Amino acid sequence: MNAPVLSVRNISKQFGGIRAVSDVSFDVHKGEILGLIGPNGSGKSTLFNCILGQLRPTTGHVEINGKPVDRVRPADLSLLGLGRTFQQLSVFPKMSVLDNIILAGQEHEGTMLSRLFGKPDAGLTGKAEQLIEFFRLTPYRDTPAGSLSYGQQKLVDAAMAFMAGPGIVLLDEPAGGVNLTMLTHLKERLMTYNIEHGTTFVVIEHNMEFVMSLCTRIIVLAQGEIIAEGKPEEIRANQMVIDAYLGG
Amino acid sequence: MTKLQAILVALGVAILLVAPVGQGNYIIYTLCSWLLFSISAMGLNLTLGYAGQVSLAQAAFMGIGAYVTALLTLSGIHWGFATVISITSSFAVGLVLGYPALRVQHHFLAFVTLAFNTLLFLVLRNEEEITGGSFGLVGMPRPSFFGITTDSNLSFYYFSLICFLFSAGVMWWILRSPWGRAFKALRENPIRAESLGLKIRRQTLLAFAIGSAFGGFAGSLQAPLVQFIEPGSFALIHSLKLLLMVVVGGSGFFFGPMLGAAVVILLPEVLRFTEGYYLIIYSFLVIVLMVYSPNGLIGLGHKIIDKLRPRHEARRDMQQGAQL
Repeated sequence: MNAPVLSVRNISKQFGGIRAVSDVSFDVHKGEILGLIGPNGSGKSTLFNCILGQLRPTTGHVEINGKPVDRVRPADLSLLGLGRTFQQLSVFPKMSVLDNIILAGQEHEGTMLSRLFGKPDAGLTGKAEQLIEFFRLTPYRDTPAGSLSYGQQKLVDAAMAFMAGPGIVLLDEPAGGVNLTMLTHLKERLMTYNIEHGTTFVVIEHNMEFVMSLCTRIIVLAQGEIIAEGKPEEIRANQMVIDAYLGG
Repeated sequence: MTKLQAILVALGVAILLVAPVGQGNYIIYTLCSWLLFSISAMGLNLTLGYAGQVSLAQAAFMGIGAYVTALLTLSGIHWGFATVISITSSFAVGLVLGYPALRVQHHFLAFVTLAFNTLLFLVLRNEEEITGGSFGLVGMPRPSFFGITTDSNLSFYYFSLICFLFSAGVMWWILRSPWGRAFKALRENPIRAESLGLKIRRQTLLAFAIGSAFGGFAGSLQAPLVQFIEPGSFALIHSLKLLLMVVVGGSGFFFGPMLGAAVVILLPEVLRFTEGYYLIIYSFLVIVLMVYSPNGLIGLGHKIIDKLRPRHEARRDMQQGAQL
């Protein structure tokens, strides 16, 4: 197997007397779709925030393509090829869909000065329109993102995460609050993107059906520790996972 | 820019060209004041309206620009060079003032900038040997370029108009570039912007520094316009006035500060015939505007246009057939 693109090494995170994440390690390889699941309070979001540089782990570290990124700011993580979506709606509501997506790529183009004196769209309109088309948002190209439906804004959020051509994308509850029709569409688009571009996904999700049908491998967290890891069908049959979810 | 917008801009410039013709000195002075306050308000609009960083110190940057220009021109240095130094000084001080914005936001940031304005006022008043203290500085020469002087009020008006158009052009360029998009992203969702690679610390500092530089440029025009400056001209009340210009005109809209400056500078003059009642009428109009249209005059214009538009619009996804 190839060298991992994302490595989480012995991450622990303590908040006062509470240990939210306890000695978690795993690798993610190129092209994988890894699901990270667990009941509420299992430490998924804390772990996600440690990976994304928004929380500093108490112990352990994270590597991207073998390079430690412990003290790297979120903006620099993006420049290293790590994209992300947010659990809550996270578009720029007053900007058009096109501007939202161009913005997602412009900081990766040229230098600060070339962005001031160069083209207003940083030469990204064509690429942004391709993504808009890919997510079937073409009718809304010039619509302020804030006036779209919840599900459509989730699609814009996903399109933004892909604009800079990241190697790894972390999706934080992409299915949350999205209706079934839109969810099927989102899942199909993510799988197509994964096949076409070989992009690696790490997905946190509560919607088990969505995770089971999207992911190639699943890690289950409970009380800050990994209790199971494997293919979706193995996880579905794992008694420890069933107990953790049902409180058995 | 649409064709209609280009025509409106050309019409506006034409009006500005003929506005002072046949007018007395006071009207020309008022128009000059409007031009230079518009420049300063444009800067504040970038910091506050586009980048979302509250600043109550814009008059302080006008003060820095005015005093640096006055001191340099009084010692024989040409206005052009003095202005470059003024803009650079304001930019540098604005950059430093931007640092607190990396830690505090909203009303806390307003208080930090308010304190800075008060501090600058005290420095200007107390450092008498340099600034002339409460008596200020007088007799700053008006600039001349290649033998063409701006000594007459009319020629200074046209000189101010060139400076105003230049400033508007620079601001338009910044806002249409990816920098403009980045400033708006900073205002709308800084956490998301950072996750997309935007260095929000740098962008916040730039928002303050560029906005302050516009204030400094306006100040360097104020010194030769009035040919007398004193600390009171750059006190907190003037920062609040500049804030009013931005908010009344329409914060975050390109033409907002120009409209706002017209209301704040010109409307009191128009209402002067009402004698003692003009401040009451003026305040009442501003309160009604803010209640009805928090997005200022530009927002009011948008509201009216929206009301005139047909109410029923076909769903745009259905125009191309249902896809989802």
